[in-house]
Amino acid sequence: MSALIRYIAKPHPVTGVTNAKLGTWCFLASEVMLFGGLFSAYILIRTSAPSWPHGWELLNVPLATLNTLVLITSSVTMVLSWASIAVGNLPQYRFYMGSTVLLGFVFLVVKTFEYGAKFLHHHFPSTDLFYAIYFTLTGLHGLHVLGGILVNLYFLFPGTGLWREDAEQFTGRVECAGLYWHFVDLVWIFLFPTIYLL
Amino acid sequence: MVFAALAALTVVTVTVSYLHLPFRKAMAVALAIAGVKGSLVAGFFMHLISEKQVIFAILAFTGIFFLVLLMLPVISV
Repeated sequence: MSALIRYIAKPHPVTGVTNAKLGTWCFLASEVMLFGGLFSAYILIRTSAPSWPHGWELLNVPLATLNTLVLITSSVTMVLSWASIAVGNLPQYRFYMGSTVLLGFVFLVVKTFEYGAKFLHHHFPSTDLFYAIYFTLTGLHGLHVLGGILVNLYFLFPGTGLWREDAEQFTGRVECAGLYWHFVDLVWIFLFPTIYLL
Repeated sequence: MVFAALAALTVVTVTVSYLHLPFRKAMAVALAIAGVKGSLVAGFFMHLISEKQVIFAILAFTGIFFLVLLMLPVISV
């Protein structure tokens, strides 16, 4: 006996959205609380510290700016991949989804260089509270980027099998993956100024 | 168009940070720009500008609890 989740492709008559989308938004709400707790900790630690360094004194702002632009671009390619599959253009969808995955990797590679330089200068999460917050917030965000890449890779290759069986459901899945990817972008938009620029 | 706005605002926020404004002013500017950028992403990329009411209901609760979380340091001092 299989437990069938209903309304994953068609909108539920009561809510007007698919259960897949509703579930994704509930998940994103829990993610807001996860990052919210850490931001709250950051505010508490920073306001109660006798002195706190400016992010730009210790961190690589040009690299983080580059990463911001990379992530924004990847959000655009994600939207374009969804728009392509919505009109049934699979090759174009693959191109844009592939670009999104590639840009996600670029973000992580840049992040690796940034972390590498920090470790080289013996700056670790245990060094002080600033680096503890920096590594925790950017590290958790980096893990989210990695998670997004894995999901997008699945929808780029094996996941497309569903498109031939049920194009509507597949398009919905890509939309949900997009919501997650844009959320990761959104978190970075707040992380970047609060950690690096203030 | 949205991409151009997001890229331009990124350049603006970085440029402003090089002015080394007093902390409160710098924070206000940085958060205001991040707020506009975040709204653009949520509004257009996550298409919240044309979303069903149930999603806004979830987001309203999320917003309330998120504010409580952010206020915890203020309340507990």
